[in-house]
Amino acid sequence: MAALDSKIPEGPLAQKWTKYKASVKQVNPANKKKLDIIVVGTGLSGAGAASALGELGYNVKNFCYQDSPRRAHSVAAQGGINAAKNYQNDGDSVYRLFYDMIKGGDYRAREANVYRAAEVSNQVIDHFTALGVPFARDYGGTLDTRSFGGVQVSRTFYARGQTGQQCLLGCYSSLNRQIKKGNVVMYPRREMLDLVVIDGKARGIITRNLITGEIERHSAHAVVLATGGYGTIYYLSTLAVNSNASAAWKAHKKGAFFANPSFIQIHPTCVPQLNHFQSKLTLMSESLRNDGRIWVPKEKNDKRPANSIPEEDRDYYLERRYPAFGNLVPRDVASRAAKERCDAGYGVGKTGLAVYLDFRDAIRKQGKKAIENKYGNLFEMYKTITGSDPYEEPMMIYPAGHYTMGGLWVDYELMTTIPGLYAIGEANFSDHGANRLGASSLMQAAGDGYFVLPNTICNYLADEIRLPKISTDLPEFADAEKSAVERLKSLLSINGKQTASSFHKRLGKIMWDYCGMTRNEEGLKKALVLLEELRKEFWSDLKVPGKINGVNQELEKAGRVADYLELASLLVTDALDRRESCGAHFREEFQTPDGEALRNDSGYAYVAAWEYAGEGKSHILHKEHLKFEEVELKVRSYK
Amino acid sequence: MDLRLKIWRQKDASSQGSFETYPMEDVSPEMSFLEMLDALNKKLVEQGKEPVAFDHDCREGICGSCGMYINGHPHGPVPAVTTCLLSMRYFRDGETIWIEPWRARAFPVIRDLIVDRSAFDKIQTAGGFISVNTGGAPEANSIPVPKKDSDNAFDASICIGCGACVAACKNSSAMLFVSAKISQFALLPQGRIEAKERVRAMVEKMDELGFGSCSNTGACEAECPKQIRLTNIARLNREYYKAF
Repeated sequence: MAALDSKIPEGPLAQKWTKYKASVKQVNPANKKKLDIIVVGTGLSGAGAASALGELGYNVKNFCYQDSPRRAHSVAAQGGINAAKNYQNDGDSVYRLFYDMIKGGDYRAREANVYRAAEVSNQVIDHFTALGVPFARDYGGTLDTRSFGGVQVSRTFYARGQTGQQCLLGCYSSLNRQIKKGNVVMYPRREMLDLVVIDGKARGIITRNLITGEIERHSAHAVVLATGGYGTIYYLSTLAVNSNASAAWKAHKKGAFFANPSFIQIHPTCVPQLNHFQSKLTLMSESLRNDGRIWVPKEKNDKRPANSIPEEDRDYYLERRYPAFGNLVPRDVASRAAKERCDAGYGVGKTGLAVYLDFRDAIRKQGKKAIENKYGNLFEMYKTITGSDPYEEPMMIYPAGHYTMGGLWVDYELMTTIPGLYAIGEANFSDHGANRLGASSLMQAAGDGYFVLPNTICNYLADEIRLPKISTDLPEFADAEKSAVERLKSLLSINGKQTASSFHKRLGKIMWDYCGMTRNEEGLKKALVLLEELRKEFWSDLKVPGKINGVNQELEKAGRVADYLELASLLVTDALDRRESCGAHFREEFQTPDGEALRNDSGYAYVAAWEYAGEGKSHILHKEHLKFEEVELKVRSYK
Repeated sequence: MDLRLKIWRQKDASSQGSFETYPMEDVSPEMSFLEMLDALNKKLVEQGKEPVAFDHDCREGICGSCGMYINGHPHGPVPAVTTCLLSMRYFRDGETIWIEPWRARAFPVIRDLIVDRSAFDKIQTAGGFISVNTGGAPEANSIPVPKKDSDNAFDASICIGCGACVAACKNSSAMLFVSAKISQFALLPQGRIEAKERVRAMVEKMDELGFGSCSNTGACEAECPKQIRLTNIARLNREYYKAF
């Protein structure tokens, strides 16, 4: 395999995207009608891409595993979506947003991609507003914004605590418009089982109809994966419980490199785990840190109720350690600081694995009504889950697995190492480096789907216009279908004793303990051994009832867990390779005397892109060395 | 606590279904309703039996996937809560819990507690959008919207499309669902331009798909986990009259 070509356009950073668009090959409208594109996933990036490609006149087939495209997990994003509008006159600009993301990502993202994401952010807000997304407004009728972690301007647009839902429903509406026009055909309740590659190019997918169990073949001139992240590798995470990495993993095994898999964001403010049967950790939006103050008691094992602990006995440890950013430090920093306090014995709650997020002062100062306006639904949700009222006593929170900065390697055009296969949104790796800043995932996903991919995919498709509709009778389709069916059969035939979920839970525990908020060499090596053992046990003692035909939710789960068991080893391998701490990847061996991440720019300023080498063989590491032409690499400080 | 579950089991759309009884021991009040069903399914699978099929995904009350009739109420007895967030602390030791799928002609049962809600998507496809192409939008602040209108549009827009309103209605009417989207767009200047075409198309599709009429009993509002208000139905009616 030749060196990775990121295809970054020449020229000054601020002009790359404009110049690229002006010089890219185009497909004329008459030819677009002859081209088929498959989009897998219907979140902000998937539904956005399907709509935008449909508007351009391509024939789009859009797939999702849920019963409706409106349920993709973008729906659960809470706090907001960033854009460099500078509506607050606080000095914001495309450049500042770009700079914040590069710094926030601890200098492990690609400059050109990040700049472009910042550049299209304003178009995203314009588009959503035009689609009728009811963003919060000020009394004069203009759009309101709020602040998020890791930045010092107010650039986050929001719709109370459910911005993701509102943006997703906006995407869903534009998707519906294209479905009505016949430009997009929707295939809900379909799970992608494999990617079909013909003569080195992505030409289709194999799916299972989750109602009938039927195995289906779909062909296209290009395939787009918008399948989200793999945070559920921890079992407990803020993700939807059915979110999975299978589509991306199948593509990886067919030749798409997987980049920076160990970069996983652990979100600092989640409802803590209360018991062993819990299936999910619910996020409490980062926006809460605008008004909530995080603290633990100054004394270990202080069992007094929070409200009885006087001011002088409280340790507002983020404000103490990071006076410049206080409670609004980036997520990786806030998460590690919470873990540090809890590990040191200052944690609160039944398990000691929680810290307080307190709104007392904000309610005193602004009144209950003002706080309710900003966070009403989040407070309600917290109360519903825990039975405790955050207006009366502080929330208890703890970090949980959330967002994966890593993903399929893509070039500037968002194409993977398989020609004709694209990855957008959280499924790719490109924009967030080693740590994502809050409210930039909706921004990037929508930007990729609506504004970037439709402009880059034509560069590939322009050379495909002579290719007629691809037959699904080709041997490559038959082979992919055969191996997909064989795999389902093998899962069904193990006939052991343990459920897929029980394996998933154990996998999650290994990953959380050894490859979670902090990692070290010894633990990672141990994890590799444990994962190997668990994989063997899985393939000899799994129990999946039922058949391939018809609804079989256990079979769905089993397939996803099987893929996770493989991805987990790659994740750990990547964490082992990166002998530095950066962003969310914190190697205990590499830290400053006061416990901050210690980066190694001369050794590790690269994207680790892993190539699948075959069953039982070690992955091959390819390095994309990051060139920083605009930004000077500095120690990331929020003090 | 120990519970007795009466769960509707149905192999597929064309099979006859029936209630099966499952004793459920050691249920913790800290579990969510779906975690309780997870525990039941684990037991069933380990016994080599078919687990109970149900739709679920986000488990934080926002995706709208889950939904079942629990003791005669969509999403159970607690107001403003989806099934996934319904805590077992609301049930008593020794209680019998009846669990059924949504029942409506427009939502045929697929298996056990899973129903086909694609009729909702079809209504949205008929007109639940504002026709603007990517790249063609004006600058966001060039369309000022009074805060009050924007807030009211938001309150209507938070529908999660779970189908509880239809399941709660004795007529299986989808009026609350349709009115939420109509209201959201009717209240915003961006949505006014196509208001007439939209309301006609969505209502026509709703009628065609076999949803019943609204007789203003308000069961939908009472059971809606997102507390979408009946005033939206009034607004839908007003928009509909204006559209001809």
